[in-house]
Amino acid sequence: MTAPPTAAKSAAARSAAPSRFRLPFTWQGVFSLGMYGFMYVPILVLAVYSFNASRYGARWEGFSLRWYQSLFNDRRIFAALQDSLTIALVAVGISSVLGTLMAIGLAKYRFRGKTLYRGVSYLPLIIPDIAIGVATLVFLATAGIALNLWTVIAAHMVFCLAYIAVVVSSRLKGLDPHLEEAALDLGANPQQALIKVLLPQLLPAIVSGGLLSFVLSMDDLLISSFTAGGGVNPLPIEIFSRVRTGVKPDVNALSVVLIMASGLIAAFSEYFRAYSDRTSR
Amino acid sequence: MTAPPTVPREIALAAKPSLGQRLGQLIEPLTLLLPSGVWLVLFLVIPTLLIAEISLVPGLRPGDVPGAYGLGNYLQIFQPVYLRVLFRSLNFALGTTGLCLIVGFPVAYWIALMAPKRWRTLLLVVFILPLWTSSLLRAYAWITILRSSGLLNVVLQAVGIPGQNILNSPAAVYVGMTYSFLPYMVLILYSSLEKLDIRLLEAAADLGANPAQRFWQVTVPQTLPGIAAGGLLVFITSLGDFVVPTLLGGASSMTIARLIYNQFLGPTRNWGFGSSMSMLLILAVSLAIALLIRYGDRNPENYS
Repeated sequence: MTAPPTAAKSAAARSAAPSRFRLPFTWQGVFSLGMYGFMYVPILVLAVYSFNASRYGARWEGFSLRWYQSLFNDRRIFAALQDSLTIALVAVGISSVLGTLMAIGLAKYRFRGKTLYRGVSYLPLIIPDIAIGVATLVFLATAGIALNLWTVIAAHMVFCLAYIAVVVSSRLKGLDPHLEEAALDLGANPQQALIKVLLPQLLPAIVSGGLLSFVLSMDDLLISSFTAGGGVNPLPIEIFSRVRTGVKPDVNALSVVLIMASGLIAAFSEYFRAYSDRTSR
Repeated sequence: MTAPPTVPREIALAAKPSLGQRLGQLIEPLTLLLPSGVWLVLFLVIPTLLIAEISLVPGLRPGDVPGAYGLGNYLQIFQPVYLRVLFRSLNFALGTTGLCLIVGFPVAYWIALMAPKRWRTLLLVVFILPLWTSSLLRAYAWITILRSSGLLNVVLQAVGIPGQNILNSPAAVYVGMTYSFLPYMVLILYSSLEKLDIRLLEAAADLGANPAQRFWQVTVPQTLPGIAAGGLLVFITSLGDFVVPTLLGGASSMTIARLIYNQFLGPTRNWGFGSSMSMLLILAVSLAIALLIRYGDRNPENYS
């Protein structure tokens, strides 16, 4: 045990009172373990049921892959997945560039209205999706813009921009501002200083901000519902329309596939965050 | 050579620039800030101002020509049926915030102060990992557990307790929302508890404070900014939540978010009324944030 001296002292003080019986675990530890269970049981339940042969019952009626089979033969799901991926990839791709530029601009310049600009850029993190969704619908209807894939992408870009800018901004705060100045002093022009000095340092933040907004875009139901129109059918809308009428076993199978995919993305993101923390010190 | 490259930029800026130089200096800030700025104005600021405007046009339906301005939409909110919806939404949000706080505090406390030091980051990451999965599917998972032929009742009946009908009741909404937003609360409380000065707790113990006194008079005041921030985040998110009340609450759990949805995509379709509800929601959220900034931690950057 490498306990610090203060802790050792209080531990000694505690053990000096022999009448007090000490359990090998604390109620906080037991309670926390229970809460880990609370967080993971529903996910495990989905996973187990996805292999259950029964359609309706909660009882186990034997192992079966039929729901996975019906999932992989489901054209609608694949079309919806394609829509969702297109929306997320395009929105995140454009937002990564614009959001990073915005974060750099906000860190670099002082100008009148900067507080307002920054405040507006935080709004998508604060205003409920439903309010943003209806506002965008009203705007598109007023401007006479027909709803299609691009209106969904445009609406998703708003929150993607905000999340990427927040992550990149916090990374910018931890950077050494003298590095860019040193590059300029050594004769680099501002574009070179940006591309060769600043961007490599910001890359981990851009990647983790991009992954975060990718996941949010893939998960978005409300903003898509208000901006998609009839022709576009992203995955959350498809899932929502299926499950609001009850339990669908092929959705269980889909859940397992999607949860594993998001687990992979989360692992990537945590890796990049750790990398980012390590290099910013 | 007009200006040697080693001239500090402050001096170069201080020298009186010609018009061309000033335009040249504007190019960089404009490329950095203009594209996002235009996008946010076009797809966030103007739309929000637009619903503020049509919330003042009573009874506007899609395709209508806007009529005269009036406060009719806002007065409609005061009808008992809609007041009940507002009250219910507020109850769900406050109840969820309270539940997340009560349940989340011990977990965050255990991870931040009691768990083995080298496991803490991993334990936190594992707890908040479900946030990365689809919120829709996490709510759906509770349908399979809470429905009348679901897992909960199978387990209850196995131990001899009669089955409960929890799905489509407010209780299901509380469970689902607490499940959905607990990781946020634990994340924020953890970062607050992590900074807690253990020496203060030891000093209090040396001075004779019992565990309860130490908790209420040292730990809680020290982590109050985190409690406020976590509470605000959960409150705002659950107030505007649509998925959990719709999937788990059924017809008995109409909330403000569902009401707004119905005014635009559901059977009722009253854009003016929907916009006024939407403005009310934005107002409630802004009010909560203003209260936090006024009475809580003065540094809003901590929560971004």
